[in-house]
Amino acid sequence: MENVTKRFGKVVANNAINLELHEGEILSLLGENGSGKTTLMNMLSGIYFPDEGQIYIHGEPVTIASPKDAFEHGIGMIHQHFKLVDLFTATENIILGLEGKLDIAEASKKVKEICDKYGFDIDPNQKIYDMSVSQKQTVEIVKVLYRGADILILDEPTAVLTPQETDKLFAIMRNMKADGKSLIIITHKLHEVLDVSDRVAVLRKGEYVGDVATKDADQQSLTDMMVGHTVSLNISRPEPKDVEKRLVIEGLTAYDELGVKRLDDVSFTINAGEVLGIAGVAGSGQRELLESIAGLYPVASGHVTFYPPDGGKEKELVGLDPMKIRKSGISMSFVPEDRLGMGLVGSMGMTGNMMLRSWRKGKGLFLNRKDPEALANRIWEELGVVTPSTSFPVRRMSGGNVQKVLVGREIAQSPAVLMTAYAVRGLDINTSYTIYNLLTEQKMRGVAVVYVGEDLDVLLELCDRIVVLCGGQVSGVVDARKTNKREVGALMTLVRGGNKDE
Amino acid sequence: MFDLASFLPRAVMQGIPLLYGSTGEILTEKSGNLNLGIPGVMYVGGICGVIGAFFYEQSTPAADMNAFLAIGIPMLCSLLGSLLMGLLYCLLTVTLRANQNVTGLALTTFGVGIGNFFGGSLIKLTDSEVPSIALSATSAYFSKSLNVGGWFGQVFLSYGFLAYLAIVIALFASYFLKHTRTGLHLRAVGESAATADAAGINVTKYKYLATCIGSMIAGLGGLYYVMDYACGVWSNNAFGDRGWLAIALVIFTIWRPNVSVLASILFGGFYILYIFIPTGTNLAIKELYKMLPYVVTLVVLIIVSLRKKREVQPPASLGLSYFREER
Repeated sequence: MENVTKRFGKVVANNAINLELHEGEILSLLGENGSGKTTLMNMLSGIYFPDEGQIYIHGEPVTIASPKDAFEHGIGMIHQHFKLVDLFTATENIILGLEGKLDIAEASKKVKEICDKYGFDIDPNQKIYDMSVSQKQTVEIVKVLYRGADILILDEPTAVLTPQETDKLFAIMRNMKADGKSLIIITHKLHEVLDVSDRVAVLRKGEYVGDVATKDADQQSLTDMMVGHTVSLNISRPEPKDVEKRLVIEGLTAYDELGVKRLDDVSFTINAGEVLGIAGVAGSGQRELLESIAGLYPVASGHVTFYPPDGGKEKELVGLDPMKIRKSGISMSFVPEDRLGMGLVGSMGMTGNMMLRSWRKGKGLFLNRKDPEALANRIWEELGVVTPSTSFPVRRMSGGNVQKVLVGREIAQSPAVLMTAYAVRGLDINTSYTIYNLLTEQKMRGVAVVYVGEDLDVLLELCDRIVVLCGGQVSGVVDARKTNKREVGALMTLVRGGNKDE
Repeated sequence: MFDLASFLPRAVMQGIPLLYGSTGEILTEKSGNLNLGIPGVMYVGGICGVIGAFFYEQSTPAADMNAFLAIGIPMLCSLLGSLLMGLLYCLLTVTLRANQNVTGLALTTFGVGIGNFFGGSLIKLTDSEVPSIALSATSAYFSKSLNVGGWFGQVFLSYGFLAYLAIVIALFASYFLKHTRTGLHLRAVGESAATADAAGINVTKYKYLATCIGSMIAGLGGLYYVMDYACGVWSNNAFGDRGWLAIALVIFTIWRPNVSVLASILFGGFYILYIFIPTGTNLAIKELYKMLPYVVTLVVLIIVSLRKKREVQPPASLGLSYFREER
């Protein structure tokens, strides 16, 4: 790939990137969230088309305009989200979209051959809905091999796997390498990079930082390449005042519906009057942590204790649902990462969305529209929301305005605890600063603010303390004024008690 | 005494329109389109056949009629009419992504309205005393059977060619869905359009084709009803609720056209059971018997839901429009 550039609107996702993949090697593509790894690979697999630059395969310039083109050039990508029909068998899924006469028995035989050759362990006639996540991933890989791909791209393949399954996958990847296939693995887990790949290419904020042979690299040097130098953002951060503990979290452990441990013995304190940052690579348990505190996620064990601001009796929150938490007088606001899914009703206007928080207060048969309307107008004016009217569906507003509506509504509840997840995701710089200022304002009012973010620069300048999560565990709590990017970056990829990652 | 030999042929003749309707609807639903406009499509299929036959009979004296044209013209008109209905449905739901339920119900109302409008106009043209048109000459061609005597002939060989065609189409549809690559792709579109799209299957093309072909098959059900079952007599609203029964049959057979062959006869039997069971003058009991097909469908739905087996569920993306950029 030579000088490949991709822009989405004004945002440059990949800027003049040169990347080389040799035959029979495993290349790791390393970078933080949003550094452009997946975008770059999507251009190779035909999902996006590069705005500039040229792709060469075996020295020949090629044009890849669709996934079909990519297949014809022997490029196959295994996405994070599987594209499989649940009701079909493995074989049926593998041959889906191919031409020619349908002969399931023959195709099954060929699938079996591929499985035996590389050491996959799936039954060609098993239905997808009966399969585990790792088996589904295997089907995706076999699907690509069945089409004769010799360049395989795996987008964070280990994110959904247990350590044992990961080891198995790596063994298979080495088998494929031995067979002369070239592989690219996208990941942000350093030990995997060191474990499986021959070469590492690092991206940062859409720029190509460089590549090193794996044998010359170690965790520290890779972290440095990944996070880069500190950038000053000049976010105003007044000293916290009247700091007192508001929420104490002890030994919180939670499992998802598949039985995978999402939170592992998490303990920390959320203080009033300061902004607590939560850092970690995507999927380290941030969402689960916030939802557990808000009473939306089932907690297996542990405690969340609330200390009321008026010095009243402390309350245990685990086991209460959101309604009960509110009824017992604990005002807690939650800005979820999925704004239109969990936070707002897209087809309702600002007023309607304000009412979602207040309808229960009304007495009698009819809803009180006046107060929500007034609140909507206030948010509209104070936060400068750009919308034709308070009844304009929020779905059709821009991302920044949606976020302002949501944050504005939550702040208007005058909560004791304000939790935000990826509050500035997808927002431009100015809107982001508006949100930062809002959060800081709340902090000065004595609210305990929790800020989950992905940009380390912002976390370091906005927050007072940072809790770093890694693989569902707390890998460190640092003072944001004294720490630096390198320290946090290292904690993000390291679980306490040794340097073996999850 | 319950006369099985005369009951069965009646049940079959009742069942054939339902079989056409359900086969067409199954094909449509396998592409993820829930076409509730099937009753309207069948109605249009019927009236278009009537229009074609009417003008051919008007232009040619009965003695000079050509068997090929007498069958070909109504059939072509019927197919064309229901194809237009299918295209309209696709245009609204696939291309413009309108809500499938609303579109379907609107098409049913629309189709019945069209049928009654043209039916009424034709009746006016004939100046007949009764509010119906009789196309007995055309009907004779459609209902021509081998006429073999005995109980065997009566039960198996006493129907017009459209009845056998219905069974052939149903069995072929079943084979097509299960054993061909195109069938596999069609099922993938109905289960998960995004997956099919990623695999390089043209989702829009499949949805259009399945829905239009399904509509044409369903329209033949309307044609059979007028030309064979009703002996060429069209009167407004006589088709009744057969279109809805066809949709009930889709659920009853759990989206399998081959099962539909027998199930349609069962439904047909339920539909006319009240005539064969002596109920005296008590009309209320007759009405209760008429409910049987619907009660059975409800029972099947309950049993299927209780079993929670993935294979017996409707296509997973049934009723959803697909828009590639909306991930």
